[in-house]
Amino acid sequence: MSKHPLLQYVDGFTEIQKLPNFKAGDTITVHYKIKEGEKERIQQYQGIVLQRSGAGKVETFTVRKMSGNVGVERIFPVASPNIDKIDVNKRGVVRRARIFYLRKLTGKKARIKEKVY
Amino acid sequence: MSGIIGKKIGMTSIYDAAGKNIPVTVIEAGPCVVTQIRTKEVDGYEAVQLAFDEKKEKHTTKALKGHFDKAGTTPKKIMAEFTRFDADHNKSYGDLVSVDVFTEGEFIDVVGTTKGKGFQGVVKRHGFAGVGEATHGQHNRLRAPGSVGASSYPSRVFKGIRMAGRMGGVRRKVINLQIIRLIAEKNLILVKGAVPGANGSYLILERWS
Repeated sequence: MSKHPLLQYVDGFTEIQKLPNFKAGDTITVHYKIKEGEKERIQQYQGIVLQRSGAGKVETFTVRKMSGNVGVERIFPVASPNIDKIDVNKRGVVRRARIFYLRKLTGKKARIKEKVY
Repeated sequence: MSGIIGKKIGMTSIYDAAGKNIPVTVIEAGPCVVTQIRTKEVDGYEAVQLAFDEKKEKHTTKALKGHFDKAGTTPKKIMAEFTRFDADHNKSYGDLVSVDVFTEGEFIDVVGTTKGKGFQGVVKRHGFAGVGEATHGQHNRLRAPGSVGASSYPSRVFKGIRMAGRMGGVRRKVINLQIIRLIAEKNLILVKGAVPGANGSYLILERWS
């Protein structure tokens, strides 16, 4: 079922900036704008993409990283104006679009093979 | 209570000036036509009846046709009454009501009919926790309702005990939804959060203050 024309009209207000192509298994760095009172600074968040979810202007992606011993996952909307830029550090070889199995793996098993061109 | 009749289009999200993601429901509201004015002298109460959404004339009964003719308008699909619509009584038959009855940022109530869920058990319908455990030899009591009352006294089940049955498809009102944006040229209202009902169902939007 296609989206209602009026819903597409409302979606038209949101603009998606040009981001590099990335998919599950890739290691990326998200440069995220953070407002602290009046000041704005940019925080970097590096991790492995677990999934891209949704479509169009409501699409999000999940990035997981290990912070010490604790796994941290952050969900970013693709259309978020707070994303300054995204660097793709590594292209991973994975067989599925959503790699939630990574959550259970630690140490050497939690590695993802890098794509060689 | 002033208000308008609308149709649920669907949900999406937009960003405010601070870059915050706001979930919104898009509602196509109006323009509605005033089809009747209820007065204290004739009807015993005061209200304004609005009608919304075009309907084919061949699907309209002659009685309803006459009702719409009185307001000088084409047949409409849905009608609703709003009590104390305007204190000054300056509405008359055939007047148009559009989204500008509201202003951006104010809080409104939205009435709709929830999605029908069919025959559902007590866990989904009333939030029961089921009986016992899933393991340790337990079997087929996981989503059961448990006891419905005592035994020889009263020898019956009291009225109103929550049980399985039809769920959904009832009228519900969600209060205090903020209007994020009004788009007058497309007759759209964007309210923050979810509203009852499926996409394409009719909603009554009202403001009580």
